[in-house]
Amino acid sequence: MLELRGIHTFYGAAHILHDVSLEVRPGEVVALLGRNGAGKTTTMKSVMGLAEARRGEILYEGRPIRGLAAFAIARLGIGYVPEERRIFKQLTVMENLEVGRREPLEGARVWELDELFTLFPNLAERRENLGGHLSGGEQQMLTIARTLMGAPKTVLLDEPSEGVAPVIVEQMAHTIEALKAQGLAVLLSEQNVRFAERVSDRACIIESGRIQFDGAMAELAARPEVREQYLAL
Amino acid sequence: MTLDLGFLLGQFLAALASASALFLVASGLSIIFGVTRIVNFAHGSFYMLGAYLGYTITEALPTGVLGFWGGTLVAALAVGVIGAAIEIVVLRRIYRSPELFQLVATFAIVLIIQDATLYVWGPVERLGPRAPGLDGAVQILGEYVPEYDLALIAIGPVVLGLIWLVFHRTRWGVLVRAATEDREMVGALGVNQSWLFTTVFFLGSALAGLGGALQVPRESVSLLMDLNIIAEVFVVVVIGGMGSVLGAYVAALLIALFNAFGILILPEISLAVPFIVMAVVLIARPWGLFGRPESGEHQQALSEEPLRPLGLARRAAILAGVAGLAGLAFLGGRYGVVLATDIVIVSLFAASLHFMMGLGGMASFGHAAYFGISAYAAAFLATYAGLSMLPAMLLAPVAAMLAAAFFGWFCVRSTGVYLAMLTLAAAQIVWSVVFQASEITGGDDGILGVWPDKWAKSREVYFLLTLAIGAMALVTLQRIAHAPFGYVLRAARDNRLRAEAVGVDTRNHQWAAFVVSGVFAGIAGVLFVFAKGSIFPDELAIPRSFDALLMVLLGGVQSVFGPLLGAASFTYVRDEISRLEYWRFIFGILIILVVILAPDGIAGGLQRLWRWIAARAGFRRVTPDKAEGA
Repeated sequence: MLELRGIHTFYGAAHILHDVSLEVRPGEVVALLGRNGAGKTTTMKSVMGLAEARRGEILYEGRPIRGLAAFAIARLGIGYVPEERRIFKQLTVMENLEVGRREPLEGARVWELDELFTLFPNLAERRENLGGHLSGGEQQMLTIARTLMGAPKTVLLDEPSEGVAPVIVEQMAHTIEALKAQGLAVLLSEQNVRFAERVSDRACIIESGRIQFDGAMAELAARPEVREQYLAL
Repeated sequence: MTLDLGFLLGQFLAALASASALFLVASGLSIIFGVTRIVNFAHGSFYMLGAYLGYTITEALPTGVLGFWGGTLVAALAVGVIGAAIEIVVLRRIYRSPELFQLVATFAIVLIIQDATLYVWGPVERLGPRAPGLDGAVQILGEYVPEYDLALIAIGPVVLGLIWLVFHRTRWGVLVRAATEDREMVGALGVNQSWLFTTVFFLGSALAGLGGALQVPRESVSLLMDLNIIAEVFVVVVIGGMGSVLGAYVAALLIALFNAFGILILPEISLAVPFIVMAVVLIARPWGLFGRPESGEHQQALSEEPLRPLGLARRAAILAGVAGLAGLAFLGGRYGVVLATDIVIVSLFAASLHFMMGLGGMASFGHAAYFGISAYAAAFLATYAGLSMLPAMLLAPVAAMLAAAFFGWFCVRSTGVYLAMLTLAAAQIVWSVVFQASEITGGDDGILGVWPDKWAKSREVYFLLTLAIGAMALVTLQRIAHAPFGYVLRAARDNRLRAEAVGVDTRNHQWAAFVVSGVFAGIAGVLFVFAKGSIFPDELAIPRSFDALLMVLLGGVQSVFGPLLGAASFTYVRDEISRLEYWRFIFGILIILVVILAPDGIAGGLQRLWRWIAARAGFRRVTPDKAEGA
């Protein structure tokens, strides 16, 4: 579905990602684990065309997408849920969803408004509220719902459990399970290892912009020394 | 003067009518800025085109209500199409350029539209038709109020309402509002920005065109309309908050009312009133009445290459430049000396602006103020106090320093475009004071007879003096850039929060940089006044400030040589072509070519050209990227 082959990403002159490779298959949740500043967000931004991957290949459904504009990448069916949520604060919940709405691609799972409101009941009550007036948890729900309005086939979820209440973390877990059940490919960036273990099939560990481990979740569980070295705080 | 109620009401209604006209133009500018972040100086030109097209189309159509209003609408739409075309042909190519670089392109468009309009309509002012059915006046409390003004008063809120509907009831409007907040995220959700930008340009330009066409029955259509309105329109947009349409309306009302009543209360500085209002608003609300702080978190700062002390090659280049100037001065005849002297002065002026822009990250739209204040101070010292040249040259920059310290204190409280607008306000206030205080400054007639001392009277000697002082000043600026102060300044520019987190008082450093920059502009100013023997208010007006801005941006903000290259080529080329009939058009095209071919400025472009040649020739140097990546 989505495959990164040896990408090198730069911010201006700063070399951030070094030879990063990973793959996400349909119906699979891959956790991208690592500490703050390890390169998780940059990896996601590289996929979306928001950070400049100068070398390497990014393949989506077999076609190269490196160098495409963000909107063109999104239109191929990649949904991006940024870490900072980036809700449109001056727009209502409904308007935020409208911005995310796209004509579905062939074979894409379409999410009706009712479904999204069932998935995120809090949003249903606040549909006419401004994005800026929502709580952090509600904003997190809105940013995912907004992305699902575009009927993506692949979702990049950047730290959905960060800074939200345990109830919301629970809800995020359910959401990810729902996406997986619908056959979507999910790349999940996380610092919360326990959360990632619960929802992911595979794990990639990134440290200083380099992939250090790539394997099944169970494999990672069996290697406490890897967790200790790259993920312990 | 007795103030009766009828008179006040008349003033009030006239102000409301002006506010509507101002609002139409300003709303378009605000929408364009909100989505594209382009500071569009060509917006006044769209307004002027609207007036000319409105005039021609309504003349061509049969007279009558339908002809007039239909013609006005067609003119607005035509300007919208022109705006969209300019976006597609020029601006789309440079969205990835450094911030404010697009501004250079829009300024080139101002020049091109100026000459295109001159070519099509000629230099004679045009008087358009009155609006049919609205050509009379009604008597209110004894005052005659033009019916057309009443119609305009209604048109403003109607257009505001229509824009509101479009922005809240259509998908396109929702996307525009979303993009005003975070256009990158809108793109990441699959919205094609190019399409959004083009349509936004269409709407914004059409609104400016409508404003212009509606002005036809009120004033004669002339080639001065573009620059006459642009400063005030920017004031309105900034006061309202860039990107806010409602803000533009409220601010247009505010400015129109202050203009109408300010002239009664403070006739001496009436020209400065809008700028004083803007300064007061920005100091109280740094992002305007309805604006919101620019969300810096999503703007990936272009991490600039670190400044390095000059290497051998660059030192050689400097020597070659100096030799070239001396050659021009001594082999180019009388004309060559004058041009070479001008180039040195202008280079220093541009370098002083570059100091605050490139190192300090503060763009100034009003740098001519410090150039001009110092020049005027020198003229006062020479004529009124009878000082000879050198003491006057030494003392005058102190005036620039004091002015920069005063205005800079306010300006550094803001950032980005708002800071730039405050500098513009400061410069306009200075300009209008100088212009209107004619007892002391000579007003429009300026101060004449400010000549160098006898020993420096010959053009060649004065050139050498200018070169010596200019070179010393440039070296000093370089020294400051590489002193700890310069490092701190760049740290504050690149990341204000982090700089503050390590204990740097960024605001004070920026203030100091502002003052340093003002002093060096002042040194250029004194060199200028003795070179010309006279000083006029034009030297501290907006065009002079913009010249400097263009030189720095065209030359390349990220390069030490940028401003010098920019100043030299700008001055030389303009000098060469300004004898041609449509030189503005040619100059505009040249600027756009530079902007598109060298998005990093002339210096950056030359550097890339050099690397390309070097790579071809086979002696490629190892770039950091290659060295590390393998």
